[in-house]
Amino acid sequence: MKRIKETFQTKNNILNIYVTAGFPKLNDTVEIVQELARNEVDMIEIGMPFSDPLADGPTIQNSSEIAIKNGITLDFIFNQIIEIRKTVSIPIILMGYYNQVLQYGAKSFFKKAKRVGVDGFIIPDLPLDIYQKKHKTILNDLELDMIFLITPQTTDERIRLLDGQSSGFLYLVSSYAITGSKSDLQQNQIDYFKRIQNLSLKNSKLIGFGISNKESFNTACNYAEGAIIGSAFIKALKDSNNLKESISNFVKGIKG
Amino acid sequence: MNIDNNGFYGDFGGAFIPEMLYHNVNELKENYLQIIESESFKKEFKYLLKEYVGRPTPLYFAKRLSKKYNTNVFLKREDLNHTGAHKINNTIGQILVAKQMNKKRIIAETGAGQHGVATATVCALMGLQCIVYMGEVDIKRQAPNVARMKMLGAEVRPAVSGSKTLKDATNEAIRDWIANPVDTYYLIGSVVGPHPYPDMVARFQSIISEEMKMQLQEKTGRDYPDRIIACVGGGSNAAGAFYHYLGNEKVELIAVEADGLGITSGETAATTQVGSEGIIHGSKTLLMQNNEGQITEPYSISAGLDYPGVGPLHAHLFKSGRGTFLGATDQEALDAAYELTKLEGIIPALESAHALAALRKIDFNANENVVINLSGRGDKDMETYIRMIQ
Ligand SMILES: Cc1ncc(COP(=O)(O)O)c(C=O)c1O
Repeated sequence: MKRIKETFQTKNNILNIYVTAGFPKLNDTVEIVQELARNEVDMIEIGMPFSDPLADGPTIQNSSEIAIKNGITLDFIFNQIIEIRKTVSIPIILMGYYNQVLQYGAKSFFKKAKRVGVDGFIIPDLPLDIYQKKHKTILNDLELDMIFLITPQTTDERIRLLDGQSSGFLYLVSSYAITGSKSDLQQNQIDYFKRIQNLSLKNSKLIGFGISNKESFNTACNYAEGAIIGSAFIKALKDSNNLKESISNFVKGIKG
Repeated sequence: MNIDNNGFYGDFGGAFIPEMLYHNVNELKENYLQIIESESFKKEFKYLLKEYVGRPTPLYFAKRLSKKYNTNVFLKREDLNHTGAHKINNTIGQILVAKQMNKKRIIAETGAGQHGVATATVCALMGLQCIVYMGEVDIKRQAPNVARMKMLGAEVRPAVSGSKTLKDATNEAIRDWIANPVDTYYLIGSVVGPHPYPDMVARFQSIISEEMKMQLQEKTGRDYPDRIIACVGGGSNAAGAFYHYLGNEKVELIAVEADGLGITSGETAATTQVGSEGIIHGSKTLLMQNNEGQITEPYSISAGLDYPGVGPLHAHLFKSGRGTFLGATDQEALDAAYELTKLEGIIPALESAHALAALRKIDFNANENVVINLSGRGDKDMETYIRMIQ
């Protein structure tokens, strides 16, 4: 039962939406994810709010700060996912920072995540060699995916290395950027996507960072199996006074 | 006491960085030793330290302070460096590395503003663009240094997230580097951050103990002291003062952290006392955090010590027992600053005053030789000193 793999086998133009757990209100996350699923989003990335999110831009930083103030904790997130899993069957990926995993206890963290129905992880500051040495075995045993990032600066040799270690998919960072900082895809980014297409990698690829609208989503889908949208969605939630409506409008705006 | 191949001091160090930084950090890792060990680099580095920074700094025998504490107290006068602190030893080194690597745009974080000033200074010297990230809170409490950076041609960008101090300025600098990886060099200000920074910065600061050895030999007939005392924010002045004595067990290495209002008050920056193992700014080390792994906000009257971590070398010194870790509260540091000013006519930086405060906490034998690393001068802290004396 590998949900991520199955999704890539059965669907095209995959839309993965990121949402910060505990934002805008502590208890909103279950409803938000349910709504996203109802609107036929293909995959969900749930952000575990961290005090010092180095790879995130101002929008997601700000949402994390609010969620932490709201009182979000990892156990609270796990309970939210238990609720979510009662009705939602699309893949759920947890995104967070390595210090959070370490403080929870890595083994307990991965086991607990498996038990509540998580499918994979994005932990941007987890070094590849430490993953291989310390965590790969348990993730394999639990049939959980670890998703690695590649960037325009990643060499072909290293891309192959990361492709070999990644499971689920590869996360193509679209530009030299932190999340949410650039809009519109430029020619040099497209050249980079093409370079990666030509490597014929084993993993499927989703493009993230700076995907914000239908146009950039469609462009991303020309070069990868789909895309991840984060900051643009968080902005929509922030400005919303009716979550259901905003979510439905947002997803229609991308996929409709 | 050296790093292993992966950049670890024992359990601490490494490079816990997102892939977006991999290329840059790896480029530095692959090149830094070759660059800084080359003859041409060494020659230029030594030349600038001597002619521009004003090294060697004196190892001053503080007669009246010695009398008061009934032991031999020497002050390593890093406050006499150009720009007023040890920070410039590191910025001279790193700017030469940046030039070797053909980087055109320099970014830095700063707390007290000393590292920002030292970076802006070497950028002016080399004609390179300079952007300094500084917490909004620190911009207010270290106004003279903000003015100096601007006059030196640097752009000072306020960090407005989190506690709005050094930790957040560091986050912003790292994010800038992620967004500008090709032409930008991140000139970090302490022995923190991902490998190879802690090792590289320690090497540049090691000039402090290199000079100390010769000066002690000359003054005491022995090239090592009984104790060395240094304050620890990230730990660069302490790393430099300890460096050549790390393997000499006869020397007690005393690191002094900022207790703030006291280690049980919740308002402290004494990382080894209230912290635990984790990851901050790409390094596995000791840091202040809650049980969710959220990094907590430190507090110290001294902006340069107001950091919720320590460099991995110091985490290792603490855990292995090789280092002695003491603390000084805001008040103890202020008292020590006034005392040094009265007895020796030297106004120290608030950071360095924490090291001086340790004098009252140690039972000295009469004829010990004790070196205090006087990491900086107090000009930048005058407003605080004037306010607190009343
Ligand atoms: C005078 C002075 N001493 C000490 C420090 C603390 O830094 P470190 O622990 O890296 O020496 C600072 C930092 O700004 C400083 O300005």
